Amino acid sequence: MTLIGWAQIAFLLTLVLATAVPLGRYIAAVAEGRVGFLRPLETGFYRTAGVDPAQGMGWQRYVLAMLALNAAGFLLLYALLRAQAWLPLNPAELPGLSPWLAFNTAISFVTNTNWQAYSGETAMSHLSQMAGLAVQNFLSAATGIALALALTRALAAGGVQALGNFWADLVRITLYLLLPLALLLGMLLVAQGVPQTLSAGATLEGGEVLPLGPAAFQVAIKQLGTNGGGFFGVNSAHPFENPTAITNLLQLWAILALPFALTLTFGRMVGDMRQGWALSAVMMLFVIAGTALAYAAEAAGNPLHIAAGLNPADGNMEGKEVRHGIALSALWAVATTGASNGSVNAMHDSFTPLGGLVPMFLIQLGEVLPGGVGSGLYGIMVFVLLAVFVAGLMVGRTPEYLGKKIQAREVKLAMLAVLVVPLCVLGFSAVAAVLPAALASVQDAGPHGLSEILYAYSSAAGNNGSAFAGLTADTPYMNTTLGIAMLLGRYAIIVPVLAIAGSLAAKPRAPDSAGSFPTHGPLFVGLLSGIILILGGLQFLPALFLGPVAEHFALMAGQTF
Amino acid sequence: MNTTAEARGQPVLARALRDAVLKLNPAHLIRNPVIFVTEVVSILVTLLAMLAAWRAEPWGFQAGIAAWLWLTVLFATFAEAIAEGRGRARAESLRRSRGEARAKLLARADDRTQWQDRAAADLREGDLILVAAGDLIPADGEAIEGIASVNEAAVTGESAPVIRESGGDRSAVTGGTTLVSDWLVVRVTAAPGNSFMDRMIALVEGASRQKTPNEVALDILLAGMTIVFLIAVATIVGLASFHATPPSVPVLAALLVTLIPTTIGGLLSAIGIAGMDRLVRFNVVATSGRAVEAAGDVDVLLLDKTGTITLGNRQAASFIPAPGVDERDLAEAAVLASLADETPEGRSILVLAREKHGVAAEAVPEGATIIPFTAQTRVSGLDLPGRGSFRKAAADRMADATPPALVEAVARIARAGATPLVVARDGQVLGAIALKDVIKPGMRERFDALRRMGIRTVMVTGDNRLTAAAIAAEAGVDDFLAEATPEDKLGYIRRAQAEGRLVAMAGDGTNDAPALAQADVGLAMQTGTQAAREAGNMVDLDSDPTKLIEVVEIGKQLLITRGALTTFSIANDVAKYFAILPAIFVAQYPGLAALNVMGLTSPESAILSAVIFNALIIVALVPLALRGVGRGGLGAAALLRRNLLVYGLGGLLVPFLGIKAIDVCLTLLGIV
Repeated sequence: MTLIGWAQIAFLLTLVLATAVPLGRYIAAVAEGRVGFLRPLETGFYRTAGVDPAQGMGWQRYVLAMLALNAAGFLLLYALLRAQAWLPLNPAELPGLSPWLAFNTAISFVTNTNWQAYSGETAMSHLSQMAGLAVQNFLSAATGIALALALTRALAAGGVQALGNFWADLVRITLYLLLPLALLLGMLLVAQGVPQTLSAGATLEGGEVLPLGPAAFQVAIKQLGTNGGGFFGVNSAHPFENPTAITNLLQLWAILALPFALTLTFGRMVGDMRQGWALSAVMMLFVIAGTALAYAAEAAGNPLHIAAGLNPADGNMEGKEVRHGIALSALWAVATTGASNGSVNAMHDSFTPLGGLVPMFLIQLGEVLPGGVGSGLYGIMVFVLLAVFVAGLMVGRTPEYLGKKIQAREVKLAMLAVLVVPLCVLGFSAVAAVLPAALASVQDAGPHGLSEILYAYSSAAGNNGSAFAGLTADTPYMNTTLGIAMLLGRYAIIVPVLAIAGSLAAKPRAPDSAGSFPTHGPLFVGLLSGIILILGGLQFLPALFLGPVAEHFALMAGQTF
Repeated sequence: MNTTAEARGQPVLARALRDAVLKLNPAHLIRNPVIFVTEVVSILVTLLAMLAAWRAEPWGFQAGIAAWLWLTVLFATFAEAIAEGRGRARAESLRRSRGEARAKLLARADDRTQWQDRAAADLREGDLILVAAGDLIPADGEAIEGIASVNEAAVTGESAPVIRESGGDRSAVTGGTTLVSDWLVVRVTAAPGNSFMDRMIALVEGASRQKTPNEVALDILLAGMTIVFLIAVATIVGLASFHATPPSVPVLAALLVTLIPTTIGGLLSAIGIAGMDRLVRFNVVATSGRAVEAAGDVDVLLLDKTGTITLGNRQAASFIPAPGVDERDLAEAAVLASLADETPEGRSILVLAREKHGVAAEAVPEGATIIPFTAQTRVSGLDLPGRGSFRKAAADRMADATPPALVEAVARIARAGATPLVVARDGQVLGAIALKDVIKPGMRERFDALRRMGIRTVMVTGDNRLTAAAIAAEAGVDDFLAEATPEDKLGYIRRAQAEGRLVAMAGDGTNDAPALAQADVGLAMQTGTQAAREAGNMVDLDSDPTKLIEVVEIGKQLLITRGALTTFSIANDVAKYFAILPAIFVAQYPGLAALNVMGLTSPESAILSAVIFNALIIVALVPLALRGVGRGGLGAAALLRRNLLVYGLGGLLVPFLGIKAIDVCLTLLGIV
């Protein structure tokens, strides 16, 4: 590890927190309908759709509206991907996707996962990228933020039924937050040389074609919306997708900016900024700790490489871009897995076993550190409720969070949400580890092969989308099971979370009293971190033991797989 | 109280052991998901060990695991049984006191000569019974005729008899208590077996104990964690098959049982029963566990001024002479005016005069005419032949004769919350006496302590606002309700509840009943009316309204104990992973030995040590579960810090030491 490496990391994280403050305030203004510079357009949408933005929705209606939008989005995207061969804007004359791949991809983009069992430049037409994938990049991100706002409103108010209007939230977030930010970031990326063209590609001497396309704005929203799906197959490790140190910095910032900003939006909307800062602090703690671990593991290098004569000071550069280096590759790996983004600027498969364990564990912790846009906030809220429940008892009261009593119904729903990730990750992985149909996809033997399986299902269930290379994902079995994992990982958490929101909204918000303990400050930050590790992480230890940990000790003993 | 000694006695322990075995019945255990899963796993491992033995394969290790898994279950049922045993010991002594009661059943209330002998057990609600001196009152009821003194020691522990009479606020009688003098005609309000005492006995025994809301929520959390770890352990089989040999079923069973929260799962119901028991030892009986839990949550405490915050009677605090009058003259006149006044107020004037001016009270002289106090005149005193007429009166009764300077003083007394009386000799006003409510010693400190807990105290009084404000300030309560009618109390409670606060109140009169019913915790006095007792959800057998404060403490203690042991139980998992996971796979990946941080002797001893620790920790924590974790007078944030340190951090570290110690023992004994 080097000082300059840590300086880069510190600079970026400071930038994220600094921008989170104004962004958080702005999102709160958007959520409360106080931003309206495109009001005619906005009201145009409502009129066309016959929606009254002022009409509040109870939690069931809110969920139904969200599910309806996502279901329609899935069907449209599926149809588009299957039919792209006959549609315009297909200069490379790519064929339509197979049913399995189209199913998997459509789910993947609707659920904000952006797991890619294909390589963008050789599988997707420009129309599919722009009218299909990019549209879902916006909508899935806006969906996540809307749900987080609904939950925030439930905690902010007392004794209400309505959580806001889903359609109004969706339109406002898209118009006033995601579109302007993506436009701005896209321009900056174009200025740095990321292509934005409708041509198929540039032909090199000798006839080889370098694929090009409308990449810059797609990249902007993939990062801002924690979608992560690359325009090109190797994502932000591709020299067109992430050409310079500045684009690397911008994209890293974009991955983390909104999830952190939303915690401060939360603080603002519940009327106590300290609550938002406490959540930020927990998230930042894990990002820093994860980065330190991954950075240390990668900087220490691979003993076999060193034995073979490589300079130990270089660390493990396998699978990394020289222009990004170890520090920013480690930070990216942590940011992209912590934030449920899934874009990569280095190959996680090539990390050392412990370096690769960090991103995998961050996903398994439930994608809440800081998690996807919106999903990170509503996800960490599940852990907050459980932390408050367990620890709250220790002060001798029925536990309360922000004056709302946490009772059997909330605990039940929170536990349902907590169950989803281990069930999907461990369940699907255990089956894949013995099923021949799945085993055919696994490239490596031994613990590393198991890590590839585990990572894939973690990524899907966590709606992350990044991949440990080495797994052939485009098979009917993998496409189907990963698709199901993505669906469950998204909606089987959203529904209980919104049910919690409905239940909390109806409760009166009791005024602060000296009898309830503060849910801000270092003690609570430590408590919440502990609960996330114990309730969110311990169940994965046996699996991690069999994967990266076993591989690490085998590697130390000179054994490879 | 002898129940503690009894509870620790041999019979209780023996019975608890027997009950613990009976409780192994799966039909009973299914109420407790964590322990139920442990039992299922124990059965499975036992069968596998037997199978191994039958096939002449090595079975010692499997049998060892099976035995300790069974002990885990047994320790959990034992914890519940011992808690119930302690409650039962007290319940039995209550029940014995009732004996084989007989009742005299009356046909008509107005004819006490015609009665039939009837077993108390055959009484029905609405029956009329005659209770004579020396009789045991056979059932709960309401006196509808007569007046009698009743020894309620069986219920309250207080041997001084209390008066019970028909009509008014003292008409409720309790089954199991004894009539000392006179007679009563009682209408039975609860059939035997369903009386107040029976319900109380059943609750203390744990037989009719229902899970409280918080207990249900905690159960869900524990069940959820059990499912999560079931998934984690079951999937090891598939995951390990990819590149290694999956561990055997007994090993996985050991891992599962050590990971699921058996410690809190095993102690949860013991904690609940012990909480009820603590309340009963304190001579408060709750009609449900829910009420005890709610007590811990209370934010607002409504306390009656008279008898709760103040001593109940106003007392003379000072003499204020009129201009030109010697204070000693005033004191002497006041003493003479009060000689015939037997009320506590009157007595307090004599006491003050003696203490301050050395004026001794004499007996009422011969020939004196006593002017008694009446509500109409509001004047009392004494006419002494040759010495004059002495009067004391409400200040406004003698306004005309009061010099202007004294009028000012009188107004000042009233403003300060005291009651002014004027004293006159032969129609000439000599001065005033200030009668003040005397606040019980230590109340201010208790209210400060409550405030630190986040509980607002509200004083309820029939006094006017001025008086109430002064007393409230002196006592240190947060708020007061002056000139309070029953509707005012009810309205105040409803408003506080609408703001999301939980309200507790103590009351005894029939007019308190609506407020008691509305409050989240209503503590009725044993001496109160039947209506009040039915409306409240707790009854204080000592009829001491200040106990509400202790009730709150007990409720909090119950929740704290649950939270502390849950935290401890969950934190334990880390060490157990470190013991078992390397042990399982070290044969295939020798490098994993580096994670055997405790340096355990062998994989077998590591696994066995973890299982043994997991079982023994339940027994080790039984005393804590029964005693409860206290608050130590700390505020919420400090309390959380302390408990997280002790039970969170402690829960992380203790098992490392414990498992290592057990491993050392096993190694020394040569078992592994």
